[in-house]
Amino acid sequence: MRRSRLPLLAGIGVLLFLYLPMVALVAQSFNASRFGGRWMGFSLKWYARLFENRPIWDALWNSLFVALVGTGVSVVLGTLSGWAMHRYRGGLQRVHHSLVYAPLVVPDVLMGISLLLLFVNSGVPLGLGTISLAHITFCISYVAFVVLGRLQEFDDSVLDAARDLGAGWWTTFWRVVLPMLAPGIASGAVLAFTLSIDDFVITFFVAGPGSTTLPVHVYSMIRHGTPTLINALSGLLMAVTFGLVLLGQRFIRQSR
Amino acid sequence: MTRANRRRAEWLMTAPSVLWLSMFFVIPTAMVFVMAFRVPDPYGGLGKEWGLQTIEALWRGSYGPVLWRTVWMSVLATMACLAMALPVAYWIARLPKSAGRWVLAIIVVPFWTNFLIRIYAWKTVLHIEGPLKQALVTLGVVDPSTSLLFNSGAVIVVLIYNYLPFAILPLYAAAERFDFGLVEAARDLGAGRWRAMASVFLPGISQGLLTAFLVTFIPMLGSYAIPDIVGGTSAEMIGNKIAQRVFSDRNLPLASALAAVLALLMLLPAMGLLWSPRSASRRGGGRGA
Repeated sequence: MRRSRLPLLAGIGVLLFLYLPMVALVAQSFNASRFGGRWMGFSLKWYARLFENRPIWDALWNSLFVALVGTGVSVVLGTLSGWAMHRYRGGLQRVHHSLVYAPLVVPDVLMGISLLLLFVNSGVPLGLGTISLAHITFCISYVAFVVLGRLQEFDDSVLDAARDLGAGWWTTFWRVVLPMLAPGIASGAVLAFTLSIDDFVITFFVAGPGSTTLPVHVYSMIRHGTPTLINALSGLLMAVTFGLVLLGQRFIRQSR
Repeated sequence: MTRANRRRAEWLMTAPSVLWLSMFFVIPTAMVFVMAFRVPDPYGGLGKEWGLQTIEALWRGSYGPVLWRTVWMSVLATMACLAMALPVAYWIARLPKSAGRWVLAIIVVPFWTNFLIRIYAWKTVLHIEGPLKQALVTLGVVDPSTSLLFNSGAVIVVLIYNYLPFAILPLYAAAERFDFGLVEAARDLGAGRWRAMASVFLPGISQGLLTAFLVTFIPMLGSYAIPDIVGGTSAEMIGNKIAQRVFSDRNLPLASALAAVLALLMLLPAMGLLWSPRSASRRGGGRGA
């Protein structure tokens, strides 16, 4: 039977659709023109400007701080949660499961405004603290489900073995479960870190004046700044991302 | 381990996430509905009195057109996402396993770059002097004075761009488990190519279609950054209105009322799907599928 060409063509079309805007943006970042648009020759000057721009670097430090706090706390809470969902059945876990699942389907705007209402109503000053609380909240669910996914391959009989050998539940968790879960926890942590450092909408709602993360800063640059700087920043961020993805791939292949 | 001990261990493991999410997810979400009945205070906070002032403002504010636009743009963009994702998922599922994994990785990689930069990239592409505009003008498709930016078309394209991988992944997961022998059997029995697709392949991956629909449509309803950056005032969605009430005129109760409307709006498709006759029959006796 002759196969249809349509899927192949659609696949190529979609790949072009996904990559062309990125390519256009990177090309623009090397454009010497002050306003973007028409090509005025190759230049690296926007990248040089980028390194002199203090606010960008301050925002980056804020982002890293929030991402580290958010990842640290959500990894602990999410791992416990994933483990509980795997280990136990019954009414409590059904409630627990839907509670952890719900934040995944709620749009960011809704989560942002609801957290803002909570903070304003309880008089908590907005800043890096409230941003961190928000990030922990949306990262927990992702970590929990990544850990839960890894647990499907987990052989529960080792727990019985540990118990037969006299280990209490804490010893079992600390000495048996945690080491076996390490790869799952690590991928959960990477995901949480990425989501945190990428988040704009929720952060924007709970940031308050004065505490700017990198995405919030990028947003104000898009709205009020010069396009040339954002082009260069985009190029730089894309280079970093692609580099990290390649590194991650290599790491995964080696650990296999 | 005794029963009571086991019970205590379960609580110790479950309590931290349940308490955290109750505090920072359940209570705030409930507040969205409750605070709509508060009166705004003059300093941009939440007043202490209760009243229907905000509900009246919601009614008088004529948010109907924005609501309607939010729904139709999301429906259109979701349908386009599914239509583009289907053949791609089919293509990847029929590739050899290792090649399929590579293609999937290539599709996902752009989405590791920052969300705002992905939107901004389209601002560059659709820019008045950008490559697409120049190409279209050269081809004589558009007039040099038309703007490709700041309209609902631009918003829909960027919505599709942003959510396409979320449609491809569940469709691919379903297509990969699908037995393509069934399509060939249908062809052998005389079904045409399209007929075989529509009556064998699509029903076979219906669970993936449902997931793809939900994970694209629901977040699209709550879009804020995309219409804010590439859409103009004529392409605003409800998310923009919520943000304007928060950041421009600092009317938190009205923002909260609008958010409550958005929450109800996204519950509708979820409910509709749960109680649709098709899913009822699936629960009843669809074990063979």
